[in-house]
Amino acid sequence: MDKKYYPIIGMEIHVQLKTKSGMFCGCKNDPNAKEPNINTCPVCLGLPGALPVANKKAIEWTVKLGLALGCKINTLSKFDRKHYFYPDLPKGYQISQYDLPFCYDGKVETSFGPVGITRVHLEEDTGKLIHQKVNGRDVSLIDFNRSGTPLVEIVTEPEIYSSLQAKEYAKKLRQVIRYLDISDCDMEKGGMRLEANISLLRHPQGVQTQTGHPKGGQLPNYKVELKNINSFRYLERGIEYEIERQTEILEEGKTPVQETRGFNAEKNITFIQRIKEGAADYRYFPDPDLPPIKFSEKWMGEIRSSEPELIDLVFTRWENDYKVDRKITELLFETAGESKKIDEIFINLTKQKLPVDKFVNAVANKKLAVNLFGKNTGEIIDIFKKSLAVDEITDDQLKTFIDKVLSSNQKAVSDFKSGKTNVMNFLAGMVMREAKKKVEFGRLSKLIIQLIKS
Amino acid sequence: MDLLELTIKDVSEKLKLRVFSCRELVEECFSNIKKNDKKINAFLTLNEKGALKKAGEHDELIKNDKKIFDKKPLIGIPIVLKDLYTTKGIRTTAGSKIIEDYYPPFDSTVVKKLIDAGAIVIGKTNEDAWGHGSSGENTDYKPTKNPYDLSRVPGGSSSGSGAAVAYGAALVGTGTDTGSSVRLPAGYCNLVGLKPTYGRVSRYGIIAMASSFDSIGHMTKTVYDNAKVLEVTAGLDPYDSTTFPIKVGQYTKVLGQNIKGLKIGLPKEYFVKGLDNKVNNSIRDSLKVMEKLGATIKEISLPHTDYAMAAYYILVPSEVSSNLSRYDGVRYGGTREIFGAEAKRRIMLGSYTLSSGYYDAYYLKAAKVRTLIKQDFEKAFKEVDILIGPTSPTLPFKLGEKVDDPLKMYLSDIFLCPVNLAGIAGLSVPSGFVDGLPVGMQMIGPQFSEELLYKAAYLFEQETQYYKIRPEFKNG
Repeated sequence: MDKKYYPIIGMEIHVQLKTKSGMFCGCKNDPNAKEPNINTCPVCLGLPGALPVANKKAIEWTVKLGLALGCKINTLSKFDRKHYFYPDLPKGYQISQYDLPFCYDGKVETSFGPVGITRVHLEEDTGKLIHQKVNGRDVSLIDFNRSGTPLVEIVTEPEIYSSLQAKEYAKKLRQVIRYLDISDCDMEKGGMRLEANISLLRHPQGVQTQTGHPKGGQLPNYKVELKNINSFRYLERGIEYEIERQTEILEEGKTPVQETRGFNAEKNITFIQRIKEGAADYRYFPDPDLPPIKFSEKWMGEIRSSEPELIDLVFTRWENDYKVDRKITELLFETAGESKKIDEIFINLTKQKLPVDKFVNAVANKKLAVNLFGKNTGEIIDIFKKSLAVDEITDDQLKTFIDKVLSSNQKAVSDFKSGKTNVMNFLAGMVMREAKKKVEFGRLSKLIIQLIKS
Repeated sequence: MDLLELTIKDVSEKLKLRVFSCRELVEECFSNIKKNDKKINAFLTLNEKGALKKAGEHDELIKNDKKIFDKKPLIGIPIVLKDLYTTKGIRTTAGSKIIEDYYPPFDSTVVKKLIDAGAIVIGKTNEDAWGHGSSGENTDYKPTKNPYDLSRVPGGSSSGSGAAVAYGAALVGTGTDTGSSVRLPAGYCNLVGLKPTYGRVSRYGIIAMASSFDSIGHMTKTVYDNAKVLEVTAGLDPYDSTTFPIKVGQYTKVLGQNIKGLKIGLPKEYFVKGLDNKVNNSIRDSLKVMEKLGATIKEISLPHTDYAMAAYYILVPSEVSSNLSRYDGVRYGGTREIFGAEAKRRIMLGSYTLSSGYYDAYYLKAAKVRTLIKQDFEKAFKEVDILIGPTSPTLPFKLGEKVDDPLKMYLSDIFLCPVNLAGIAGLSVPSGFVDGLPVGMQMIGPQFSEELLYKAAYLFEQETQYYKIRPEFKNG
C-alpha cells in the first residue's frame, strides 16, 4: 500500500546527570537509593525558607553536552521557575530554564539526515510517586531521593521523519552522553527518558518518495505526545503504532486529538494518558533565588578544554588511520577516557606492525577475551599476539600433528571409541605439545574426532 | 531589674560584672511577657524552657571563661524572632494557620549565627501572615497592639517583634523587610529598625515572601544595639546565592565619629500632600539636629517615586504567588482555602501578572520600572551621602482603620518600598513623639552603607535620646 502520510516527529529527551551531589543542594545524588527519602534535606524537600544553590559541575556538564552537539552557548543564562501542582513537586514549581537555555541550535547526524537540536537546558528532577497498598489501604507514597537530581533536557526540531530515525537519533544521543561520561543513561531506572511528539502530514504527491519527506513544509495542526518510553525498541514500536493509528483517523477525515499517550509493551499499543486542553500556563519567571549565570571567557575556556575530541571525529579518524569500521569500533567502548585507551592500543599495535583491524574484530566478536580497560596496553597486546599464534596454524597443518599423535597413542584412541571421552583432554594436549602451539580446544577436538572417525 | 532601661551594651556590662545572671534576665523577660502580652499579643510561641536552659548554660560559661564576651558577643541577650524565621524544633507558623503545627528540622542561618553568638531565643513573634501587611492585622491569630497606644497598630509586618522589644520582652526583635516590615514597626514603636542592603544578611531559612526583596533586619532600642546585632547576622552564606562576599563592617567601632560635612538629601517626592503635618514637623525638627551635628541638607529628586508602589505591587505578588505554591495541601496539613484574604489577594494578583499574555505587560514592565527606581537612587547618591525622609506618612493608625482598604494600607509604605525595589539600605530611627505617639525618621544609604547610616544615626540618637521614652499602654 502506498503511504499517503509521512510522520513529523520532534523529540524531548531527559537525562539524569551523575554528579556527586544534587542540582541545588549538597545531598548525595543517588535517585535510586534502596531506602526512600534518605538523600534529602530542607532544600530538595522544598521546606519553607530553604534556598537553592546551583551545582557548578552540572552546569559545566550541560555546556559540555551542548558543545558536543554543536550548540551555541548563551553566555548569559539563568534559571526560571516553572509552576505546576503535583505531589512529587514539593515547591509547587520546578527550577528549570525558559528563554535562555545554556545551549541552543545544535545538530545530530543520522543516516537519514541531520536532526536539529533546538535547545539543551538544565533543571531539577522531581520526587517519585509510588502507588501501593499499606495495611490494606491504597496509598500514594513519595520518595524524594530523586528530587533535585540534575536533569538535562535535549529538545529537537520537528525534523525526524521515521521511527527508525527517531531510534537512531536517541541511540546516538545516548552514545554522545555516555562518551562524555556525564550520565549512565540507564533507561530502566529512568536515567534517560524518551518523549516523541508525533503528527502526520499528507504527502504532497500523495505518495511517499524513496527519499522521504519534502523539506520546509508547514507543521500539522495537532500533535500527539508519546511519553514515558524507557527503551529504544518501544520508541520505535510506539511511533509505528501512532503512525497507523493517526493514519486511520485522518483517513476518516478527522484530526487526531491533542493528547499525551503512553506505550503498553505487552499489547504493543499506545494508550491515552491525558488530554491536553490547550497549552499549560507554567507562569515562568526568573528564579530570584539564583543569580543569572555569566560564562566568562576563562570559564568557557576551561569547559572547552575539558571537552574530549568529538566522538564522530574519533570514528572517522580511526576509519582513516586504521581502516576499522565504526560499526565495530562502536562496540568497544563508551567513554572518552576509554577511547583514549583504545587510541593508545592502536598506536602500539601499529608500531609493532600488528593488524589493528584483526584486533578490533577479535575484541568485538569476543574471540579475544580481554578487558581493554582493566589491563595495561602491553599486556593487552601480548594477549593479542598469543591469540594470533593460535590462528597461525592451518587445519591441514594440525591434521599432520593429530595423525602423528593418534598413531602413537592407540590405547587412548580405543578408549575414546569405547566412550571414555575424557581422554580428549590428553589427546589435545599431546597435539599442542607436538605443534608447539596453543590451539583453541573446540577447534582442535573437532578435528581430532573427525580423524578418529575417519 | 528594669528591662526597659537596659540596652545590649548595659546588659553585657552587667553580666560581666555579675550584677545579674542570664537566668535572672530571662526570667525578667518572661515575667514582663506574662504581665503584658495578653494586652499586646506580641507572641505566637514562647520558648521558656529552652531559654531558661540556655541561660543556665551561659551563666556557667560566664563564670568559667573570661573571654566569653569576645567569643560570644551577644551572650545572654534575650531576642525574639519573627515567625518567618525557621527555628529547629520550635513551632514556626509564618503568622498563618496553614503551617500552624510546623516544627522545622533546621535553623535559619541567621538564627544559627545569633544562637552561636550567645543570644537567647525568648519566643516567636506575631506578624501579618507571610509578611503581607503594614499593621500586623493580617495575622491569622490575634492582632498585635502598639504598647504606646493599645488602640493603635504597632506597624507591620514584623508587628510582634516591634511590640515585644517596645514593652520589654526582649532586647532584640528580628524581622524581615520586604517593603517596610522592619522599618515601619520600628517607626511606630519608637525603635531603631534596619533594612539591610539586599544580600547583606542571609535569607536561608527565612520563610520567603518576595525573594528578590526580602531583607533580613532587626529592631533594637538603640543604634549601638542595632549595629552590634548586624555584626553577627551579616555576611556571605554558602546556602544563599544572593549574599555577597563583601567584608562585614565593624559597625559598632565607627559610632561616635563625627559627621561633619555629611551631605543629606531630602527627596522632594517624600514631602508631599498626604504627609501628615505633624510628622513633617517632627522630621524637620530632626533635620535641624542633623545640621547642628555638621551635616548639610539639600533637596534632591527621585523622579520615578510615583511608579514605585505600582511596580512593587506587581513584582511582589508575582514572587509571593510562586513562593506560596509549596503550601499545596499535600504536606503541611492546612489546605489552600485556609490562606487569609491578603494572601489570597496576592496569590491571585501574582498568578495573573505572571500568566502568559500578561507577563510582558505587567511583570516585565514592572521589572523595568524597578531599574528606573534603582537609577533614581544611584543618581541621588552622586550628589549626597544619605537621604532622609519620614518612615511613615502618618502616625501609628488605629486598629481596623485601614484593614478593609488594602490600597490605603499599601500607601503606609510609600517611602519605604522604593528602598526595597532598589535593594539599598534603610534605617528607621526615633524622631520624637507627636500626640504621645512615636514618629520614625528614615535614613537611606547606598548598597552596603550600613556603617555610614549607623554613624549618622548614632550621633542623632545621642543628641535626642528619644529611645528613653517608655510606653504607657495608653487606651488599654
